[in-house]
Amino acid sequence: MADAVMPVAHEAISPEEEVYLKHHFATPGQQMDADTLGMWTFLITEVLFFGGMFASYAVYRNMYYGAFASTSRYMDVTLGAANTAVLICSSLTMAMSVRAAQLSKRAELIRYLILTMIFGAVFLGVKAFEYHSKYVEHLIPGLGFQYEQFPQYEHNAQILFFLYFAMTGMHAIHMIVGLGLLAWLVWGAYRNKFNSLYFSPVEMIGLYWHFVDIVWIFLFPLLYLIGDR
Amino acid sequence: MATIAHEIPQVAPQEVNYLNVEHGWKSWLLTTDHKRIAMLYLFSITAMFFVGGAMAVLFRINLLQPEGIFSPETYNRLFSMHGIVMVFLFLVPSIPATLANFLIPIMIGAKDLAFPRINLLSWYLYIGGAALTLYAIFRGGVDTGWTFYAPYSSTYSNSYVLAAAMGIFVAGFSSILTGLNFIVTVHKMRAPGMTWGRLPLFVWSNYATGLIQVLGTPVLAITMLLLAFERIAHVGIFDPNIGGDPILFQHLFWFYSHPAVYIMILPGMGVISEIVSCFSRKRIFGYNFVAFSSMAIAVLSFVVWGHHMFLTGESMYTSVAFSFLSFMVAVPSAIKVFNWTATMYKGSISFDTPMLYVFGFIGLFTIGGLTGLHLATLGTDVATHGTYFIVAHFHYVMVGGMVMAFLGGLHFWWPKMTGRLYPEGWSKFSALIIFIGFNLTFFPQFILGYLGMPRRYQSYPPEFQTLNVLSTSGASILGVGYLIPMIYFVWSWKYGPKAGKNPWGAAGLEWQIQSPPTTFNFDETPTVKEEAYNYGKLEEILG
Repeated sequence: MADAVMPVAHEAISPEEEVYLKHHFATPGQQMDADTLGMWTFLITEVLFFGGMFASYAVYRNMYYGAFASTSRYMDVTLGAANTAVLICSSLTMAMSVRAAQLSKRAELIRYLILTMIFGAVFLGVKAFEYHSKYVEHLIPGLGFQYEQFPQYEHNAQILFFLYFAMTGMHAIHMIVGLGLLAWLVWGAYRNKFNSLYFSPVEMIGLYWHFVDIVWIFLFPLLYLIGDR
Repeated sequence: MATIAHEIPQVAPQEVNYLNVEHGWKSWLLTTDHKRIAMLYLFSITAMFFVGGAMAVLFRINLLQPEGIFSPETYNRLFSMHGIVMVFLFLVPSIPATLANFLIPIMIGAKDLAFPRINLLSWYLYIGGAALTLYAIFRGGVDTGWTFYAPYSSTYSNSYVLAAAMGIFVAGFSSILTGLNFIVTVHKMRAPGMTWGRLPLFVWSNYATGLIQVLGTPVLAITMLLLAFERIAHVGIFDPNIGGDPILFQHLFWFYSHPAVYIMILPGMGVISEIVSCFSRKRIFGYNFVAFSSMAIAVLSFVVWGHHMFLTGESMYTSVAFSFLSFMVAVPSAIKVFNWTATMYKGSISFDTPMLYVFGFIGLFTIGGLTGLHLATLGTDVATHGTYFIVAHFHYVMVGGMVMAFLGGLHFWWPKMTGRLYPEGWSKFSALIIFIGFNLTFFPQFILGYLGMPRRYQSYPPEFQTLNVLSTSGASILGVGYLIPMIYFVWSWKYGPKAGKNPWGAAGLEWQIQSPPTTFNFDETPTVKEEAYNYGKLEEILG
């Protein structure tokens, strides 16, 4: 706990900075600090939100390891790995957007943001394709679930498939929210809202985007790579 | 010129404050002022308190007769909705969203919380959650108890579980956002000189509460979401038909809901620390211990949830560990009680209404806390689990503790919030009525539980009738006690005498600005030179 108390307002604040300063903050630095801590705190709540599902996964994987391992045969590792690569690339372009905003490079900022959105959309497209093949193969619990290859695991494997859809579905919802936020950033950048004095929304949404990526980095091995293939 | 000025009658210009600076419903519903949002919350949670209270009136009437009056189905819905409304829509937001929302920025010398618009969003989420829950009530209610145990709630219950669970889900985000706002505000918005060691204890305890809200509530949110999904789609991870484990639901539920118990007491402890120091005219005894015991409670609260599951299929060794940890969490609570007592020792105590609530709190919380140790003990918990002993225990903590502290805090800061005083005689009278009514309601329940009367039953053997009638009569006294402050607060809002900026001669930063405060609290950011409990020096100045 650093003793970072509110800075006294006698530090000179230029009129340009004044434009971006909300009324209840003393300095732009304080405003940025508050935004950053707020975002990190929000991300901690997200960790615990997903944590409930990760904990359930850990419990059931321990209870029904055989059934969980048997599901790996139905997961498309190639698509999952490709999607992981796509998301890591999107994190790179997101980081580049933040840099562009910090340097007041508007055209570059818009370009990287749109690139990030394209990567995100590709990920969701691949995910939709995977969901579709699960539907065709009758692997959605509650929708005529069939598990003929391993009849002994028919019950317990449903738990893994339920968790698969719950976790990747919740992740996909976060991706869709992220795409909405990115579109809002593009609109803001188009209207020249962000520059080296004010880039906090780009950086905060960037943090969110990286968090959503990291969730996937955990989901991929836990859901796709449980047992031998 | 001078003569003309003399002829004009000297009418004091009405001070501009946060209440009269703007008018109209829009200025309230779109406000980002933390003080106005606190007031919005105050009205909303008071309404929900009376909704939850109405349920209690009905089932206490039912328990007047051994065979009951309502059908068992109706009774189940009444006590379930009472619990859900009181816990999620009254107790959790009670002090944080009202008093702390109002006071934290002022106490640390800031103009507002760090995220004013998120603060308003949190109120709208609360209203959304409350609306969903009220919808569930008006459609006929929920009969699962406030704990929503699966698979009954997910599969078998024939009541409006979905609406209530989603109400809690939505209201949970309002709680998360309040906690997040407090954490960032305390870290980043303190005025120059307001170091961590000078932070008022009310702020410390709400900071600790914020940590619990932020870390615990998301787990409840995902649990409710999984439950709702299971109820809609009839498939999910708690379903025993496919190997799902209902105990897992209980683990996830209590991982939030035990820490939530501390969301429902820590802010109250903060209120008590402020009031006890002011009305003893003494520095709070052991500031560091009181501050860090709040943090210790926040940390330990996350490792005791298993004591709710001693009898529902937890392994013996897990139970032993949880029992030990539950004893541990009693230590910081006891530290606080001892420090409050030591603060009063050789102080010059005055018996104003807020202080009466402090006496009530200390006594009742001590009983509630010590009976908690009975329940943390593995052997005695087997005998008292699921009886009225537990009901009495947590009402002593939540009603005897938190509601007393809430009322105490409301009486203490009401002059600051509205600029008005309330009638001293009536307020002392109602404090007394509440204390008597509370004990008459809940002490018999300790005995009933000890004798073995199980909770959540609509009927009971005739030999328990005397104690049940005592409890119901206490509840009616308690109800009157709660109505009186409602009436005189409304009266005082309009007609109460002007309070001035510091009616109690209190030392905190909030008492140095006008009452009610202006929209931005301070004309210029104050520089803090000492902590908020320097009553020794204050006495010298005031004589």
